[in-house]
Amino acid sequence: MSDPAPLVNVQIDGVWHQFPKGTRVIEACAQVGAYVPRYCYHPKLSSPGNCRMCLIEMGLPRMGPDRKFELGADGKPVINWMPRPQICCAQDVAEGMGVRTSSPVVEECRRGVMEFLLINHPLDCPICDQAGECLLQEFSIEYGRADSRFLENKVKKPKRVRLGSRVTLDDERCILCSRCIRFCQEIAKDDVLGFTERGGHTILTAHPDRPLENNYSLNTVDICPVGALTSSDFRFEMRVWFLKETKSICTSCATGCNTIIGSREDVIYRQTPRENVAVNSVWMCDYGRLNFEYLTSPERLLEPEVFGGEKLQPADWKTVISHTALQLRHFTGWDIAIIASGRMTNEELWLTACLARHLNVSLIDIVPRKGEGDDILLSQDRNPNTNGAKLILGLQNKPGANLEAVASGVAEGRIKSLVALGEDPTAFGIPVEQLKKLPSFIVINISRSSSTAHATAVLPSAAYAEKRGSMINGRGRLQRLNRAVRPPGQARQDWEILRDLLQELGGTNSLGSIEDVFREMAESIPQFAGLSLSKIGDLGVKIMAGPEDSTTPVPPGEPVDEEIFERPTLHASK
Amino acid sequence: MSINVARPKLTWSERLYLPAIAAGMAITLRHFKNMLFRRTKVTMEYPEEKWDSQLPEHYRGAPALVKDESGRIRCVACQLCEFICPPRAIKIEPGEIPAQDRFSKVEKYPREFDIDMIRCIFCGMCEEVCPEQAIFLRKDYAITGLTRAEMVHDKEKLLEIGGVMHGVVLKWNEKK
Repeated sequence: MSDPAPLVNVQIDGVWHQFPKGTRVIEACAQVGAYVPRYCYHPKLSSPGNCRMCLIEMGLPRMGPDRKFELGADGKPVINWMPRPQICCAQDVAEGMGVRTSSPVVEECRRGVMEFLLINHPLDCPICDQAGECLLQEFSIEYGRADSRFLENKVKKPKRVRLGSRVTLDDERCILCSRCIRFCQEIAKDDVLGFTERGGHTILTAHPDRPLENNYSLNTVDICPVGALTSSDFRFEMRVWFLKETKSICTSCATGCNTIIGSREDVIYRQTPRENVAVNSVWMCDYGRLNFEYLTSPERLLEPEVFGGEKLQPADWKTVISHTALQLRHFTGWDIAIIASGRMTNEELWLTACLARHLNVSLIDIVPRKGEGDDILLSQDRNPNTNGAKLILGLQNKPGANLEAVASGVAEGRIKSLVALGEDPTAFGIPVEQLKKLPSFIVINISRSSSTAHATAVLPSAAYAEKRGSMINGRGRLQRLNRAVRPPGQARQDWEILRDLLQELGGTNSLGSIEDVFREMAESIPQFAGLSLSKIGDLGVKIMAGPEDSTTPVPPGEPVDEEIFERPTLHASK
Repeated sequence: MSINVARPKLTWSERLYLPAIAAGMAITLRHFKNMLFRRTKVTMEYPEEKWDSQLPEHYRGAPALVKDESGRIRCVACQLCEFICPPRAIKIEPGEIPAQDRFSKVEKYPREFDIDMIRCIFCGMCEEVCPEQAIFLRKDYAITGLTRAEMVHDKEKLLEIGGVMHGVVLKWNEKK
């Protein structure tokens, strides 16, 4: 780490404060509670200063002939105020600088800028998806006029423009702040957006031959301060004020971007990124963002089923758990193989490990899931919790190394009972015909696959947004999942199913809550020591160094975090 | 602390009570006589007789959706009434108007619009909050049904009650 930047003295609204050199004036004002309205400024992008909303009065210290600051009666520099207002988004703090954020001139400037911005803006808040989280709405409450003085015809611009398959543009609503253009240039490195035409007729367009199709296109919707860019997926689906916001993480790859899940009455409507400089900055990829449709798929398993001699029959949880336990008790540990998943939470993996220990099962593995990654946010490892699985299940080799042994064991009939947790065995080469012959094939999964019909017990479980728990991302950060919606039908949270199964098999304890599971896990695994689900916090804790071959990128424009959580040592370490 | 209220000073005739009793009896007798000769009537024989014609202008009956003169459903599914509704009687499913439609400029319409009349408390908040002048409380008050499902007014029923509204602001009209 380099040394912290030296502090400079700045007067804001008559009070002197200190800020590190290099702080933007707009940020400095916000830090001391003087929030300056802005449209084009975004803390993670460059500052073109084109919306003019952040005009403030600014002054620099008066200097004597000796090039020294002239001091006033209070011993502070005397400030020479500039005659005209200045924008504070493209200006860094300087020694002795003075700022006024709420003077009559500033208020008048904001009212003037608002009037100009609203001249051609349509009055369609009732149908606009941004309504409720729109900066134009918010600042027009404070600085807008109740009536329009504009008598001329409004400029007509294209509406319902598809910039790409996922983003819809309404040019009439656009205030030309250029945040989306700068995002595509600076973060997504896919420079396809730009302004065409001139003056009041300026419109935002995508390059005619290159639509906005990059995997980060929906971030432009997030940063659009008005309703010009809207998500085609979320368009007209639900008004934002109905959405219950649940802080969670994305489970579509090993990066584990921090998200806010917007849901209403057990239906997820959208996912948006949540700021975490150590994981995803303020961005997230479209693939992960839109990957929640499967939660409402008709293939979801809704009730527990057990093999009743001829076919699978629905039964109540108690019966299914006892039948499942009976099937497992039938065999010795050598006859059983457990396929866990890199999509399971740490708590679930811990209970799986307990189950394996209890049954003396040694053949246990997870199914690796690879995809194309990039150097922005997307990791090649599409399992969100590979590190957790390696740590908790104690996998020595690369994940997936035992799968061949499992497949050959099933083929040769050595394995008599296969437990598949959240994975489909046909996906790694066990044909359906062999699964049919298995005396016991236990499936704990969220949705039906080609192999589910041949199971001897089916236990429906909860998807990532339907349960609580923790995961370790590709760079060793422990993060928390939260429950946004309830599981469908009779499906239960995985840890409860595993807990009941363990209890039925004669496992000892009575774990009442997921916190109990974490506590038990933290007692055995040193990486979790000193932590609890609540101590993880919303931003997570780095508990280990990411593996050498980690494909999880450092978020663009953010410093690499290398500090590993230092836990208070209770036991003397040698 | 106690407050002493001064009792009114009664005159001699008031203290006697008898004149007051006589006056009261005279009123009763007058009503009795009028009833006997059917000169006044205090009971309205509902439902054969109805007081629809006497409903005041501000009467709040069943909420209904209206169309404007051009035949457009004025509701744009902004869901503000759903949000404000105190008993949560309203349920809206928004939809998108296709680009080739006559009213494509409006972009959004209610695909489904249900008001549960068992829940509705006729408070009129939906009418007050509506930014599009699309929902109005009409004078229908006799909302009955034999099942719960019957008591849910769907979009068709709401438009049937609402009818066409004249003289409302036509803000979506194409200006030239």
